[in-house]
Order: sequence, then C-alpha cells, then structure tokens
Amino acid sequence: MDENLMSVQDLVKTFEVNKGFLAQKKYVHAVNHVSFDIKPGETFSLVGESGCGKSTTARLLNHLIRPDSGKILFEGKDIAALKEDEMRPLRSDIQMIFQDPYGSLDPRMKIQDLIAEPLLIHTNLSAGERLKKVQELLGLVGLSPEHGERYPHEFSGGQRQRVGIARALSVNPKMIIADEPVSALDVSIQAQVLNLMQDLQEKFHLTYLFISHDLSVVEMISDRIGVMYLGTIVETAPKKEIFAHPLHPYTKALLSAVPIADPEQHNERVALKGELPSPVNPPSGCLFHTRCPYCTKRCREERPQLTEVSPGHFCRCHLMESA
Amino acid sequence: MAEESVVRQSAEELPKPKSPYKEFARKFLKRKAAVVSLIFIIVLALVAIFGPMVIRYNPNAADYTALLQGPSPKHIWGTDEFGRDVFARLIAGTRLSLSVALGSVVVGTAIGIILGLLAGFYGGIVDSIVMRGSDILFAFPDILLAIAIVAILGPGVINVVIAVAVFTVPSFARIIRSATLEVKEAPYVEVARSIGCTNSRILWKHIFPGTVQSMIVNFTMRIGTAILASSSLSFLGFGANVTEPDWGTMLSQGRNYLNTAPHMVLCPGLLIFLTVLAFNLLGDGLRDTLDPKIK
Repeated sequence: MDENLMSVQDLVKTFEVNKGFLAQKKYVHAVNHVSFDIKPGETFSLVGESGCGKSTTARLLNHLIRPDSGKILFEGKDIAALKEDEMRPLRSDIQMIFQDPYGSLDPRMKIQDLIAEPLLIHTNLSAGERLKKVQELLGLVGLSPEHGERYPHEFSGGQRQRVGIARALSVNPKMIIADEPVSALDVSIQAQVLNLMQDLQEKFHLTYLFISHDLSVVEMISDRIGVMYLGTIVETAPKKEIFAHPLHPYTKALLSAVPIADPEQHNERVALKGELPSPVNPPSGCLFHTRCPYCTKRCREERPQLTEVSPGHFCRCHLMESA
Repeated sequence: MAEESVVRQSAEELPKPKSPYKEFARKFLKRKAAVVSLIFIIVLALVAIFGPMVIRYNPNAADYTALLQGPSPKHIWGTDEFGRDVFARLIAGTRLSLSVALGSVVVGTAIGIILGLLAGFYGGIVDSIVMRGSDILFAFPDILLAIAIVAILGPGVINVVIAVAVFTVPSFARIIRSATLEVKEAPYVEVARSIGCTNSRILWKHIFPGTVQSMIVNFTMRIGTAILASSSLSFLGFGANVTEPDWGTMLSQGRNYLNTAPHMVLCPGLLIFLTVLAFNLLGDGLRDTLDPKIK
C-alpha cells in the first residue's frame, strides 16, 4: 500500500444534464470506475481523445470537484470525502499546472504575487522571505527576477506556463498534476517546457500525473501510461511496453494514428469506424465494442475487467483474458 | 546537465512595461465628450467645496428692494421672490445637491456590491433571495419608490439619501452579480481554489477586482440619476428644508413665477440638466474606454 504515492480506486463521477422542468434526468458518465496507482518519483500519464474524462479525473484528484464514489488514497489517506477545510493543508502537497496559460493567471495580479500566493496561504513566511523565494523560483524556471514586477498579459504562452510551474513548485509539493500543460503551446516551446518539467522532477523528486492527448508528448515524459476511453482506463503499462506491444484494440488504433516522419515506412493503420459514443448513454458490455474490429457477442453483454496480462501491463479486454 | 536545458530568458526580451493607468488615460483622452464632462464635473466639485466662500451674497439674505429681478450686472442670474441672489443660491446648492447624490450612490453601491457578489458567488438560495428582492424593488418606478420611502421616513436630507440609495441597490446587485458569474468561471478562479484559497480570499482578491470595471461605469451613471431623483424629491417638497438652497427646491419655488421671472426656473433647471448629462457622458466614455472590445 505504502509504495504508492497516490492510489485511485474505482472512481466514479457523473454530471447531470437536461435539468429542465419535467425533463427526464440524464447523466454524463464522465469518469467511469477509474483505478490506477502512482508511485513516488514517477510520471504517470493519462492519454485519450477529447471528452474521455482525463481532465475530470485531474480535477477530482485535485479535489476541485467531488467524486460520486470511489477512493483517492494520497499517502494512504482517503482524500475523496474530505471537506474543503480538511483538504486545505494537503493542497500544498498536491499542486496543479493548468492547461490554459492565458486564463490560469489572474490578469490583475503581478507575477510575483501570483507565485507567492500559495506561500501566503500555506506558510508563515514574511513578505520579504516570500519575495526572495519567488525570485529563486523565477530563476529556477528560467525567468529573471525582473519579470516578477510585470503583469501576465506581458508574457508569451510559454513564459506564462513557466510562471504556472513556478507557482506549483513554490510550496514544495510531493505531486504535481499537470493537465495538458503544453497543449496550448507551440511545438518548439512544448519541448522547452517539457524539458524544464523533467529537470525539475530530477531536482526535487517530484511525482507527476501528466494528462495529454498528444502521444509524442506522452512518449517523451512518461514512465507509465494509462489509456482512457469513455471515462474508463482500458490499458495501463510502462511506456516502452505500451508503445512496443499495445494490447487493447483502442490503444492499437490510437498508436497507429501517430504520424511517423519517414516516408519509406508504411505502418498498418487501424482505422476505427463510427463515432465516439455519447457518454450520456454509454454502450453496454465493453465500452469500446461499438467500434472494435474484433467485437464478439460476449463483448456486447459483459463488461471486461482490468486484468494483468504481463507484469505491470493491465488491459481491459475479453480477448486478452482468454489469451 | 539539468541546468543546460533550462532556456534562460532575460528581461530584455520583453517590451517596456506599459503602465495600465497611462494606457487608460491615453484612450480616455480620445473621447472628447467624456473629457469635457469630466472637466465640468471637476469644476462643479470645486464650486461645491470652495464656492460658498467666494460668492458676494449670502444665499439666504433677503433683499426686499430687489424682488424677482432678471439677470443684471449686480445679480448676474437675477433674484428670486425674496430678493435672494439666484447665482449665490445655486452655488450654495451645489454642495447640497452633489453630496446628497454622491452619498446616496456610495451607500447604495456598497450594499449592492456586497449583495451582488454573494448572490453570484454562492448561488442557490442566497442568489434567489437577493435577486427576488431586487425584482420586487425593480417593479416600482424609481421615483415612486423614493417618494414612498420619504413619505414613510419623513422629509429631510438624510431620508432623501436613504431613499435614493434604496433604489440604487438592486441595479448594482444585478450588475455585480452578472459580472461575478462571468469572473467565477475564469480558469484563474479554479486555480485559486486548487492552491487552497478560502472562499473569502477568492471572492475579494480574485473575483471582486474583476467586477470593478462595470462598477465604476455604473457608479458614474448612477450619480446622474441620483441628482435627478434627489432634485425631483426636493421639487415635490420631500427633500431639503425650503429655506435651504437646493437645486430641486429652487426649481419648485420658481415654478410659481414662470411667466414673470423665467430665470428662476431656467438657471437651476439648466444646471441640473448639464450635471446629469455630464455624468452620463462620463459614464459612457468610461465604459467605452474600459471595454476591450471597443477600440
């Protein structure tokens, strides 16, 4: 138990839709029985297409929204049901980097005040000590202390994301949840920010939960990867294993869609048919059966369990259970 | 090795910091009507503060040798039915009229902001109570509501302030509520929650500054309305004591001599008109300057 920094068990979150008068209540199954573990010092990535519940999972883990059921164990303590006041001291251990570098910085605050805000809340440092720490942090993320006097609108996207990283680091967190931290940035800037994140991980022994839809980004930064589909994790494995031997049909399709920069090499593309089913009415049985090329009768009726196919490689598929 | 890959960014890469205030002033100065209005309001404020010290006549001193005289070099805006100098009374009245308007709008704004922020932020039952309360107040015409309040409390300057403040509250509550709802959804508010800000910190440090723009604009516009409302109340006899110089009261007294001494109505009427116009134009100008969508 204690070898995991964070352990997510059977997390469920639904959102009510169609709240109109006399209307039939419907629910979006945003996160549907998600379980995974994160070990200290590793980078665990969640990948999946838009709307598969990645960001909802991140917000659940950061206690921004409450799960309907399930447990989130952080260092063995269940934080899912904590009240906001009980959660507050723990927030300094779990920090978050947000997707939108433009919206996530309050436009009316100076950079140094933004970075100092977690310090103000979680520590008893004096104003002078906070400023000193902020200047250290600015240097750490590759900005200069003079930047602290400025306002967010004077910065580029990459610089803002550095500010976001500095803010998350300010209170020495154990874990950082990064929700698509580079998806709003140019490719060249993405690499800079990812390198920075890796360097900081080495320096401070950080644990990352990294959320992305971009497989090349995930390949660069992850130790282990979880693939999400319609609010469920369909496959988890170490990075090398999943890129070399994807097992779940969805993972195969996802990986085959990554463009390869070599005109000589022709990979077999697994093209999926159909649309992503609505999370309001998720399919019966295996959630992926409507689009799976290997679908059987059993897939339509029975929900497969996440089973360990080889050490550390879990897959949620009937075909793998029988194999 | 770790150090190398961190790309250092120096401060020189950034353009010089632009002071938001200078930027605002530059845009505002382009709006001529608003600038003229601002100058007019500043002059009016100076008159309200220093005017009574420099005028030649005591605004309350009757002169029965010069009743209902038209404008002349001696009395530049003429005299009223007791021979009091109209110009002196208008100057003296500026202080009363402006302070009543300002006082009532400040009180109304403060209450409206707090109610609006709470309603927008907490939603649910708080929102329902505040908004339905506002709806009830909105259902009455402003001036009728003010008359009703003054009728209950009795005439007097303080009661006029209260009456005008009461009908200022709902419009502010509504505007601040909608601004709050908008700012509340901003990603940086979620960030604030994730780093552990308490509700009150989020509300005052992150949401309230986001609503200040709409507050300033509405505040300016409301002063115009308040001047009109307090003058109307005085005109109807609910406001200041009849012996005190007040724009609305002067208008009311002059009404009886409309045929023989039109200047008694014209001068205070014109002043009320110009003041209200100035505040409205200033409000328009501020709104246009602060709105990033209008260049």
